[in-house]
Amino acid sequence: MFPILEKTELSSTVSKFVIGAPHIARKRQPGNFIMLRLDETGERIPLTIVDGDAGRGTITLIVQAIGKTTKALCRKRKGDVITDVVGPLGNPTPLEYHGNVACVGGGVGTAELLPIARGLKELGNRLGTIIGARTKDLVILEGEMSGISDWLYVTTDDGSCGRKGFVTDQLKELLEGGGIDAVYAIGPLPMMKAVSHLTKHFGVKTYVSLNAIMVDGTGMCGGCRVTVGGEMKFACVDGPEFNGHDVDFDELMMRNRTYADMESAADVPLHVRQDAILSNKKI
Amino acid sequence: MKIPRQRAAEQLAGERSGNFLEVSLGLDEERALIEASRCLECNNPVCTEGCPVGIDIRSFVQLIMKEDYAGAVNKIREANYLPAICGRVCPQESQCEEVCTLGIKHPPVAIGKLERFVADYEMKHNLFVPPAAAEERAEKVAIVGSGPSGLTCAAELAKMGYRVTVFEALHAIGGVLRYGIPEFRLPRYILDLETERIKALGVEIRTNFVIGKTATIDELLGEWGFGAVFLGTGAGTPTFMSIPGENLSGVYSANEFLTRVNLMRAYAFPAYDTPVKIGKAVAVIGGGNTAMDAVRTSKRLGAEKAYLVYRRSRQEMPAREEEIHHAEEEGIEFLLLTNPKKILGDGKNWVNGIECQRMELGEPDESGRRKPVPVQGSEFVIPVQTVIEAVGQKPNPIIQATTPGLQTGKRGTVVTNESQRTSREGIFAGGDLSRGGATVILAMRDGKTAAAAIHEYLSSRSPANTIRPETEQPVPAAVYET
Repeated sequence: MFPILEKTELSSTVSKFVIGAPHIARKRQPGNFIMLRLDETGERIPLTIVDGDAGRGTITLIVQAIGKTTKALCRKRKGDVITDVVGPLGNPTPLEYHGNVACVGGGVGTAELLPIARGLKELGNRLGTIIGARTKDLVILEGEMSGISDWLYVTTDDGSCGRKGFVTDQLKELLEGGGIDAVYAIGPLPMMKAVSHLTKHFGVKTYVSLNAIMVDGTGMCGGCRVTVGGEMKFACVDGPEFNGHDVDFDELMMRNRTYADMESAADVPLHVRQDAILSNKKI
Repeated sequence: MKIPRQRAAEQLAGERSGNFLEVSLGLDEERALIEASRCLECNNPVCTEGCPVGIDIRSFVQLIMKEDYAGAVNKIREANYLPAICGRVCPQESQCEEVCTLGIKHPPVAIGKLERFVADYEMKHNLFVPPAAAEERAEKVAIVGSGPSGLTCAAELAKMGYRVTVFEALHAIGGVLRYGIPEFRLPRYILDLETERIKALGVEIRTNFVIGKTATIDELLGEWGFGAVFLGTGAGTPTFMSIPGENLSGVYSANEFLTRVNLMRAYAFPAYDTPVKIGKAVAVIGGGNTAMDAVRTSKRLGAEKAYLVYRRSRQEMPAREEEIHHAEEEGIEFLLLTNPKKILGDGKNWVNGIECQRMELGEPDESGRRKPVPVQGSEFVIPVQTVIEAVGQKPNPIIQATTPGLQTGKRGTVVTNESQRTSREGIFAGGDLSRGGATVILAMRDGKTAAAAIHEYLSSRSPANTIRPETEQPVPAAVYET
């Protein structure tokens, strides 16, 4: 059992959790993720580790309530427990000195970008960070990011905060200005696809972190397979970071929609689910 | 021999293909007694030689004759700590029963069914008594992976008095017995009960712990204070055929498909959150036990047509005869001498067919089986909405990649000698991790062999080496995990 020691609501749908997981806290590195199962009937989902404190034995997760499991997690409170948490999984993000780096975070991807941006800053890189979101309410971690970034830009689709438009609008300006040596982008797949498309045009190396459907997270199921540079890779053990220019985003987006029509069925009210469990029937 | 070999009752094929309850119901007491009486009680019991773990079969059958069923199961347990599991999943027909003397002229004694009978009898009548605790030893042994090799190694070492901790990456115990073998062959309560019995020996089990990630082997041997490590992480990485269309939605590795259904209980979606998609028509590719498990599971999930696509003939199938037979009874359609060439999509990234080519058998290949040769111009398409590839697994590379000096062999297996020692001192390995892909019972044999070798290794170390300061596990003061 893994206790929720702190919970902070960052926006109407995004919450931050500090979870007691001492072994994971000792070993986690930027880019690592955990697999989490909320309870006995839960599914296993991957979540990126945003931060951690080895001394306290805690890890930090930032979660947007999107699907069944993330919604249920976001309803949990301080003092509640999570049945299973395992990690740290995946390869750490390859962090090195590039010079000038553009860090691009979209939506809750900004949270996943934070430890990477920190690591890049510690290596002496100069950071131009772009945070994008649909609307003002979904802009997160602006303060944390501005503390470590040399330049910070915010874009929203509706213009309610920062520049009206997409992260790629801002990134394009930076790239046109020249001097960007590498790009790290984490966010929704269409955003990472657009960023990679843009940076390929400018010939700037681009790291993306892929969120694929996973069951175990340790290379056992192959559900997270993705075509990178024409080869089959497993996001969980070969990634989650890949060269954005080599990733077949369209295929991954299609694969990630495999169970889209079943999401609503998973979200039926609790009492219906309980009846189904008791009678061992499908609903 | 006038007495016929006794057969266990089975759920009717038409009924069972719609549920996940166990297919074989086992022998009842009356039939078990009749079956035991068929044993010739040979002076030279070759059956024991045929058993990979050397169960004293003649003695346990004699104990059945005396109606001492608890004695019989304990006799088995001297050599094999998982009798209820082995009685169900062992390929007896190619082991003990194959060499049974009675089998020369008559059907051999149904040893597997008798093993299952006594294990089930003990369970039903609550007769289990844990073995007397051995004198406790100071040394700690880490077991990595809670599949058949790891559980067996853990049980053997615990019986010798070692302090044993099993590390399991998943949230549940059992390895392939949990995520791979379906409930209709090995019900979950059987696995739960057998693992409870291993815990009763004092074995500590830590789930949600990925060795190589949460802690490395060198950390286990160092700061964690383990004197030896046994690696039994199996062959959990699926291989794909590398044919076009494998990344379409609706294509599964057998591992993913079975894990969703067995471990995550996707059959009960949405009572359980994990989904699985099954089309009206399903093609499972492969001819081994995993393929049989996947295709029979597909049928149970409601597939109207469940095809097994295999490039050789029935004779070359590596699956157990009993499983093939059960699959046929359940209405699985076998497409033999058929090789998949391409998985076809519907234009929206979903599977809608599989293009295959007919094969014919040519000369024997290196495996001794006749090699399938394509028949030119014989391509045809089977309309299916789900494709499951059961074409082999290889070891997961996480431990090999994080353990310097650990020698690996073909297809990523860990190299061991005959006593299951690896190239690194204090590290032992067995089961599918060193074999590449074999049976539950061979994994158990490796676990047993390794336990003996670990005992020898720890005993041979000079006392100065074995008496370690009682190192605290490197966990912060606040320990949250249970």
